[in-house]
Amino acid sequence: MKIFKLVFKNTLRHKLRTFLTIIGIAIAVIAFGLLRTVVTAWYAGVDASAANRLITRQAISFIFPLPYYYKERISQVPGIEIVTYANWFQGVYKDKNQFFTRMAVDAETFFDVYPEFKLPKEALDAFKKERRGCIVGRDIAKQYGFKVGDIIPIEGDIYPGNWEFIVKGIYTPRDKTTDGTQMLIHWDYLNEKMEQDWPGRANEVGWYISKIKDPAMAGGISKQIDNLFANSSAETKTEDERSFQQSFMASVSAIITAMNLISFVIIGIIMLVLGNTMIMSARERTREYAVMKTLGFSAKHLTSLIMGESFIISCIGSGIGIALLFPIVSGFEMLIPKGYFPIFRIEPITVVFAVMAAIIIGIIASLFPLHKALRTTIVEGFRHVG
Amino acid sequence: MGSIIRVNNVAKVYRKDNFDIPVLHNLSLEVEEGEFMALMGPSGSGKTTLLNLIAGIDRPTTGEIIIAGIDIATLSESALAKWRADNIGFVFQFYNLIPVLTAFENVELPLLLSPLSKGERKIHVETALKLVGLEDRMYHYPKQLSGGQEQRVAIARAIVTDPLIIVADEPTGDLDRNSAEEVLLLLDRLNREFNKTILMVTHDPYAAGKAKISRHLEKGDLV
Repeated sequence: MKIFKLVFKNTLRHKLRTFLTIIGIAIAVIAFGLLRTVVTAWYAGVDASAANRLITRQAISFIFPLPYYYKERISQVPGIEIVTYANWFQGVYKDKNQFFTRMAVDAETFFDVYPEFKLPKEALDAFKKERRGCIVGRDIAKQYGFKVGDIIPIEGDIYPGNWEFIVKGIYTPRDKTTDGTQMLIHWDYLNEKMEQDWPGRANEVGWYISKIKDPAMAGGISKQIDNLFANSSAETKTEDERSFQQSFMASVSAIITAMNLISFVIIGIIMLVLGNTMIMSARERTREYAVMKTLGFSAKHLTSLIMGESFIISCIGSGIGIALLFPIVSGFEMLIPKGYFPIFRIEPITVVFAVMAAIIIGIIASLFPLHKALRTTIVEGFRHVG
Repeated sequence: MGSIIRVNNVAKVYRKDNFDIPVLHNLSLEVEEGEFMALMGPSGSGKTTLLNLIAGIDRPTTGEIIIAGIDIATLSESALAKWRADNIGFVFQFYNLIPVLTAFENVELPLLLSPLSKGERKIHVETALKLVGLEDRMYHYPKQLSGGQEQRVAIARAIVTDPLIIVADEPTGDLDRNSAEEVLLLLDRLNREFNKTILMVTHDPYAAGKAKISRHLEKGDLV
């Protein structure tokens, strides 16, 4: 028999209490992981942003459009490689719960600026030729069963009317941070319809995206672009893509901050739950520790016993929590509106955080009972009535 | 035979809530090797405190305690712990067995601190349990044993390391007459057959009668 066998036996001494503590830790780890996953999902756009892209939008608000003719002037700014543009189209597919991004883009340039949307050349050519065509992301194609040639009906909201788009290709996200849930339609087609039905809304662009040669020049180029349109009726605000994405986050920053805070408060709760268990366990065993000290066991042995037990409970609880986190996150993803979070998955850093938290909590939760056990003299230990 | 235990002018004062509580007053005592001594006295007379000091689980306020030539009051905590593991076997009134360990594992516990191999430990444990007549209860947990059997396991734990001295604090205090008799016979046998020096605290005259010699404490002094 070695000390660790006694550690295991001690862990199972109060099976119900240990079980409840483990369940408490597992639930807390799940809550922590879920919150971190939601926060990560919110920041997915920021993570996916490229350093060599600038976004130019209306200075007053993103919701106001910019004139189409800005494209030529922006293109002439030194340091810019290529300019593309997009409008937020949205609309409703089936019902409002079927949420995924629907944008009108310039078919000629969009995929040059966004190489992370991988599209076969034949599909791109087919898209360029068909003005009613659309490109859909792999994830929504899989989710809704879209195939090339399918017609996707969309009920317009920002751009009223009943629209139908023919799937001409399915793009593949280049990496895990790339949104695979977008539907891209022709800006030209949208503009034609606007010219016909709503002439006042024609030739408007939601935002411009400029691919620049040197990301280090982003600040200077942004200033130059904005200077071009200073004192015009549609002044611009240009910033790098990350800043642009972060400006979206500002509107929900309080919620995200709260979620971040709560996720770490949960770690504190785990610590209290485990600390409480360990304090109770250690107090009950005060006499046993006195016996062990009497027999010659040292502080090192008692540390192994108490910290080992705390560590085992913490690790088992966290392990169960992490194991359950994956199916629970999948279940949660099914409950929220489709496409609300284009990228909703457990980041490795969340698992690393949970594992590290388990280790640290296992140690910290044992410190107080350990300190008490070591400080209590043998004589005091034998006098203890527990 | 010479003195294995020499207690010279030992005083012990406990401090509680800013009050000094003297328990032992410049007490001196010598115990011969192979002795079986009973320490008797009323509650609060200091007999358990004296036993604790001799066993190295408490330290005197003044004076010296020399066991087999070593002044244990001068040892560091870790040295004292090792000294206890090597030299003292403990028997407590309430047995103090670890409830999650079997009789075998409880007896094996002190041997975990020794360099013995698993096989050697097994031989020692089986020998000790056989000596106390519990070879058939090796894998029973304390709750599956009677009080007398638990105390015999505790005695096996005390002797498994072959200590110089066995200290027993009210070893029969929580036992019925028959079980107490068994335990006393066992201690007597350890003393006679194995020449173990035994120091037993008791307030039971019958138990004290089993010892070769009795000493009485009264308010911290030997009388």
